[in-house]
Amino acid sequence: MGNSSYFAFDQVDWNMMGSSTWETIWMTLVSMLFVAILGVLLGLLLFETSGSNSLAVRGLNWVIAILVNVFRSIPYIILIILLLPFTKNLVGTIIGPVAALPSLVISAAPFYARMVELAFHEIDRGVIEAAEAMGATKRQIIFKVLLPESMPALVSGATVTTISLIGYTAMAGAIGAGGLGNLAYQEGFQASNNTIVLVATVVIVVIVFAFQFIGDTLVRHIDKRTL
Amino acid sequence: MIEFKEVSKTFATKDGNLNAVNDVNLTIEDGEIYGIVGYSGAGKSTLVRMLNGLETPTSGEIDINGAKMSTLSGKELREKRQKIGMIFQHFNLLWSRTVLQNVMFPLEVAGLSRSERRKKAAELVKLVGLEGRENAYPSELSGGQKQRVGVARALANDPEILISDEATSALDPQTTDEVLDLLLEINKRLNLSIVLITHEMHAIRKICDHVAVMEDGQVVEQGTVFNVFRNPKQTITKRFVNEEVDPASSDTNVVLDDLIQNYPNGLLIQLVFHGDQAKLPIVSEMIHQFPEIQVSIIEGSIHQTQEGAIGSLYLQLLGDETGLAGAQDLLKKMRVETEVIHHG
Ligand SMILES: Nc1ncnc2c1ncn2[C@@H]1O[C@H](COP(=O)(O)OP(=O)(O)OP(=O)(O)O)[C@@H](O)[C@H]1O
Ligand SMILES: [Mg+2]
Repeated sequence: MGNSSYFAFDQVDWNMMGSSTWETIWMTLVSMLFVAILGVLLGLLLFETSGSNSLAVRGLNWVIAILVNVFRSIPYIILIILLLPFTKNLVGTIIGPVAALPSLVISAAPFYARMVELAFHEIDRGVIEAAEAMGATKRQIIFKVLLPESMPALVSGATVTTISLIGYTAMAGAIGAGGLGNLAYQEGFQASNNTIVLVATVVIVVIVFAFQFIGDTLVRHIDKRTL
Repeated sequence: MIEFKEVSKTFATKDGNLNAVNDVNLTIEDGEIYGIVGYSGAGKSTLVRMLNGLETPTSGEIDINGAKMSTLSGKELREKRQKIGMIFQHFNLLWSRTVLQNVMFPLEVAGLSRSERRKKAAELVKLVGLEGRENAYPSELSGGQKQRVGVARALANDPEILISDEATSALDPQTTDEVLDLLLEINKRLNLSIVLITHEMHAIRKICDHVAVMEDGQVVEQGTVFNVFRNPKQTITKRFVNEEVDPASSDTNVVLDDLIQNYPNGLLIQLVFHGDQAKLPIVSEMIHQFPEIQVSIIEGSIHQTQEGAIGSLYLQLLGDETGLAGAQDLLKKMRVETEVIHHG
């Protein structure tokens, strides 16, 4: 089997390639949706509970920080296995794109939460204080100051997280979640079809580039700090 | 009227307790511009931050138009804060919002309708002279323009008080004057009380009616700007006043030292004029009455305060003792404050 085995394009089932690509994009986007919501909530909780004088609040901050750090340090491939029973209970199956969602969300949300917390900490204290001095409520400060002022950092963090999620979906695919990782493993590696592996790789790279491009463009559009 | 009654604030720090503000009593009348001056760490910011509840006093009482700040919390406190505008050294604008949107922020907080917000904000942008820049972002503005946005934002909810915490410290001298002029204009037009914190005596002299000098958390001297400038009592006040009245004082001192060396018998005096005195021909009168005395002018300056002019003049007088004594008598008769720097 020479290098020409990479270019046997007639061996590629393009329908399957298409549906796998769609599965990868679907898994990435749906999990990212949950990650964004969960990450912003956790990040906000970390931010709001940090540096407090109250012992209870400091304890809460400590517990969340530990949880976030623990889940951030578990390698994804192990997390999937660890979560198999949980996934089965939650979605009723451990096979297919939907089954990949719980582990994808649980591994990426803490990662994003840290970035969200950092983004909030980067906002000038004086600006938050100015809003307080104007009589803003906590809710108004969150929605009118924290979120809009950190939006470029939130979006670029989301871009990085989305791209690592694409990598995770490929790993999830290898143990049956579907998508391009699954295709490359089963139809490519196990059936010794190098062309499928190559095409799947190229498609994944294109998806990553596309997300990066969209993210960068968005950030450039909303970042008004330097004009 | 704002009243600070025996207000103290102690911070618990790692190195023990820190008395940032120590037993301060101040009364600020409606419609006046009250200056608070002091070096870094004197407790100026801490003092005014207690006005809008950003800090709470450890002891003492703060009344704003009859309302005790310490009794307010939650919704009441937030509503009171809407009536206390504040501008900051670093502007603290939202960079994600345009000029107009920044000015609309406090109006959103107060819950005005969309159309009311637009109308009010547009008026304020005009008032601070930023018409045409409504849709610019803060990053597109100069420091002076950013502070104008800060002023417009602070005025949005028709405040009872405007607090300015070193609002001109990040600006160059000319822009500082522009912003000070704007504050004075607003004070006159809206009859708005302004509390102006600064470490530049220039700002105090230019627009304030009263001034308090702070050192180590205490108000060590207070009074009308005119009186404090004319007759500073504390060492720290004298330092502030001299910086301002006589910015070239170190140069003057060199010249004075030279003169003392070269003319050990001469008389060196500093005259301080107040108000209309500054406009009288005092020196020429002296030369006229004592033609035998030689007069050289070493340095002179004049400054306008809200209450009138203050002038300062350094003179060297050479001549015989009777002439010199007569000249000094004349000055005394004309009620010019005279300080003898050197008498040979
Ligand atoms: N939150 C705080 N915790 C502990 N100490 C504080 C706090 N805020 C202020 N201080 C201390 O209180 C003292 C007075 O500070 P403050 O900021 O009021 O001074 P200032 O006169 O405004 O100085 P500057 O001209 O530098 O702004 C300083 O010694 C400062 O370190
Ligand atoms: Mg200060």
